[in-house]
Amino acid sequence: MPERVETRVAYGEALLALGRARQDVVVLDADLYRSTRTVLFAEAFPERFLDLGIAEQDMVSTAAGLAASGLIPYCNSFAMFITARCYDQTRIQIAYPGLPVKLVGSSAGLTQGPDGASHQSLEDISLMRGLPNMAVVVPADDVETHQATFAIAGWPGPVYLRLGRYPTPRLFDESYRFEVGRMVRMRDGGDLVLFACGHMVAKALEAAELLARDGLQARVVNVSTIKPLDAEPVRREAAGVQRAFTVEEHSIIGGLGSAVCEVLAEEARVPVTRLGVRDQFGESGLADELLAKHGLQPEGIRSSVLRALG
Amino acid sequence: MDSDTPAFGDLERMAATIRCDIVQMIHRAGAGHPGGALSAADLVTALYFRVMRLDPRNPSWPARDRFILSKGHACPVLYAALARRGYFPLSELDTLRQLGSRLQGHPDMLKTPGIDMTAGSLGQGLSAGLGMALAARVRGLDIHVYVLLGDGEVQEGQVWEAAMAASKWQTANLVALLDCNRLQNDGEVAGIMPVEPLAAKWRAFGWEVREIDGHNMREIVETLEEVRDHAVRPTAILAHTIKGCGVSFMENVPGWHGRAPNDEEAEQALCELRRRLNG
Repeated sequence: MPERVETRVAYGEALLALGRARQDVVVLDADLYRSTRTVLFAEAFPERFLDLGIAEQDMVSTAAGLAASGLIPYCNSFAMFITARCYDQTRIQIAYPGLPVKLVGSSAGLTQGPDGASHQSLEDISLMRGLPNMAVVVPADDVETHQATFAIAGWPGPVYLRLGRYPTPRLFDESYRFEVGRMVRMRDGGDLVLFACGHMVAKALEAAELLARDGLQARVVNVSTIKPLDAEPVRREAAGVQRAFTVEEHSIIGGLGSAVCEVLAEEARVPVTRLGVRDQFGESGLADELLAKHGLQPEGIRSSVLRALG
Repeated sequence: MDSDTPAFGDLERMAATIRCDIVQMIHRAGAGHPGGALSAADLVTALYFRVMRLDPRNPSWPARDRFILSKGHACPVLYAALARRGYFPLSELDTLRQLGSRLQGHPDMLKTPGIDMTAGSLGQGLSAGLGMALAARVRGLDIHVYVLLGDGEVQEGQVWEAAMAASKWQTANLVALLDCNRLQNDGEVAGIMPVEPLAAKWRAFGWEVREIDGHNMREIVETLEEVRDHAVRPTAILAHTIKGCGVSFMENVPGWHGRAPNDEEAEQALCELRRRLNG
């Protein structure tokens, strides 16, 4: 069994390191600093940590003021609250003026688990992707999370960083270098391509091994930046296969699946199947149970692929 | 008006000039919000021509004082003040709300020199002001942050989130300036959604509170300067104003919240304002 780490845990440690490296980084939280793991930064740099209490709207607007004064704020809450609860504030005061505020959504997706639909963000990528100027980053493992936490500090505009609380295997070695906007091929294969993000990259790789036993070679691509998404690499990775698949722990509306389809539809040479949550709210359950129910475990991905390829 | 400390009479004349600009801009644009721009004219004039530390030749000077127009729909008053202060040519006021203009229908910090925060959705400015006040603390800068809100605007819950937070951090360099003109889009604040007792509310949130006549230049300036120089905690200044102040037929009439004067109305308004300017 390879080492499994939650991306939110990797983020907490990376943020602490970033605080040492950059004096202009300030961290804001809304009464969740143990869950979001900003507690490490808070204890090391109390003068650069602001807990706004249960007030996400005030938090992101305060961050706009900090960013307009030359600082780099990282705002933290659960993914659903950092995106939906303060959407108008983010739209007017962060995205529109392009201020370099980093919104970090923790415990995203179905794997949030037992807290149920209110806490399971299945629309957050869609919401953030719809905002001009906003970059959307969904790292796949702890190494990529660490890299992304540093890289987005240098990105000139606002960023939504989506993290999970689901122990996920390490996919990259320490030599990996994340760049905003660059997708990474994780596995070669000529029959189909699986575009995945976040926890689904590891699941897609496992599904690819199952499919190999069925005689199908799956290419797996980690789309850790969902926006900006350049068309050319999407076309290149989808070239020559029978069908493209997108795999995300998110609604099939507005997220990775939509982003990939928007590119490929303009060429209409490769059919696409979107795997994810089919326009429903979540529910309480264990992370693995919920992923299985929505066909997002390796066996479920395999079944969907076999069905689509007929 | 180039002197660092213009006299009250000069400030009053500048406020009257800015009121003329407001009427002309909105008339020419054919749309806008004259009532709340006119009620705030004396407050904005006091800040930009006397109280705030600014450099119009360097709008992004890090050590400047900051101003946030949280009631962003009143932006003609701010555009007029910025133009009169030299941030951009006066002729540009003619372009308000036109395609390609730097003067948008609501404040845009990327487009307009001198605008410190984008606005347009009510209730958000005080939080951003808090962020600027705290940033000054982190960066070791001695600056003051002024946020202008409407009295109806405090119906937005986020204002009170920011009030709580400013009290927590005791940002003495943060001033909330309330343009209490008692009217909002749909009618009287007291009837739409009562906000009183405002002074008691701000005090209960840990703020220092001052109440002034928002059209008495001497009182405005003396209060702002005293707060700037001596505040030990965040201060709310409740400035009692008249919506549409300076134009008789606009004063205290809710309908002038968000409509432009026609040719005849503009002419009459300018006639009244010029009489005041020359009188």
